[in-house]
Amino acid sequence: MLWLWIGLGIVGVLLVVAIWIYNRLVALRNRVDNGWSQIDVQLRRRYDLIPNLVSTVQGYATHERELFESVTEARARAIEATAVPDQADAENQITRGVRQLLAVAENYPDLKANENFLALQEELTGTESKIAYARQFYNDQVMRLNTLIGSFPSSLIAGAFRFGEREFFNIEEPVRGPTTVEFPG
Amino acid sequence: MYEQIAANRRKTIVLIVGAIVLLGAVGYVLGLLYATGPVGVVGAVALATVMSVGSYFAGDKLVLASTRARLVTQEEQPRLHNIVEGLSIAAGIPKPKVYVVPEQALNAFATGRNPEHASVAVTEGLLGALNRVELEGVVGHELAHVVDRDILVGTVVATLVGAIVLISEFFMRTWWWGGVRGRRGNDRSGGGPEAIIFAIGLVLLVLAPIIGQVIRLAVSRNREFLADAQGAMLTRYPPGLAAALRKIAVGASIPMRSANNATAHLWLNQPSRVQGEGMGPLEKLFSTHPPIEERIRRLEEM
Repeated sequence: MLWLWIGLGIVGVLLVVAIWIYNRLVALRNRVDNGWSQIDVQLRRRYDLIPNLVSTVQGYATHERELFESVTEARARAIEATAVPDQADAENQITRGVRQLLAVAENYPDLKANENFLALQEELTGTESKIAYARQFYNDQVMRLNTLIGSFPSSLIAGAFRFGEREFFNIEEPVRGPTTVEFPG
Repeated sequence: MYEQIAANRRKTIVLIVGAIVLLGAVGYVLGLLYATGPVGVVGAVALATVMSVGSYFAGDKLVLASTRARLVTQEEQPRLHNIVEGLSIAAGIPKPKVYVVPEQALNAFATGRNPEHASVAVTEGLLGALNRVELEGVVGHELAHVVDRDILVGTVVATLVGAIVLISEFFMRTWWWGGVRGRRGNDRSGGGPEAIIFAIGLVLLVLAPIIGQVIRLAVSRNREFLADAQGAMLTRYPPGLAAALRKIAVGASIPMRSANNATAHLWLNQPSRVQGEGMGPLEKLFSTHPPIEERIRRLEEM
């Protein structure tokens, strides 16, 4: 009789631990998904801003055609991308392009005085940093999820319920510092 | 960075346990003197809880009103809104409401009982003086308070200290107006160890409110260090907040009209007082915030 109770007790404790791990896995998976959708929201926001930026800058800086084309092309590529590495690559090209576009503006005093441009500049700078923060949150949560899936005994639960490891989203860090816009080369 | 966060968390726990022990000791002495048993402590804790719960739920509205903070829209303050939104994403919390305080002093605060009901407020002076990276550092610090639920921590500590003060007050008043009755009369003849315990208890009751305040302020300073470190974790750029604090230290002489002792602990930096080298050990013990130089030094070490 005593052994039966001890056995039941052990099973009970194991069950509680298993449920706790399972709930933790679900919570982290949801946070990873949530993090991903946050990145998505911000990237879309940037896709929306780019045509605006290009047309505003175009009006003043007529001989930066290559730059306009490169940014527009990267935007199209990013929207169509299905694989994470392809998208990350296109996003990096957008980030560099936007940075250059904003830097180009430094050479055109009229453009810099344009209120529409100033508002766009704030929106783009804000969106760039939101992308970076969303990526930071996403990668933090992916790291936590992958650590839990990879370590024992949570790996057993993760295996039984098919929790898969997630991929990190690697895009370039934004430039931090008082000058957020730098002219490369 | 991680070590600083862990050390600060441990220290908060130690301080709260200290406050609980102090409350227990005070309650024990009270029970001895009046032979009331645990009723005295329970009563004091209940009363202090009632007093604190109100401030927990309505505190944010009171603070925002008393500082004359104004809710601002995305169109009015795009930079501030973008920064708050970005850092909320990084912290994984809903975006708090954004307020601006009509003051020229450089300061900021966060309030609200949980991340779903949070507000962040910065002064006009701060908006004008800081660049984007510095402002990000400040907002990161304030959001760290929200994530850490420092309003809740503050409420718990205020309740404990409040109960200690109530017990001590009760004792002083009854002692003053009628002398201690009950057991003391019988023990008088005993003398010796009984008298010593009585004397220690008396000293404890008199000193407890002061010790309680010192603990409360130590928790407050501790949470500031914690928010500095965690804010830096959010922005991943400690020099941003360090640069902002340096500007704030320089502008510390600008007085704040709405500053008062009741809200001093909420602000990013203790309002309208001279900080720095002049701060003696006693002044440090009774400050809501650590010296600004010390905060900058710790940020630079990260």
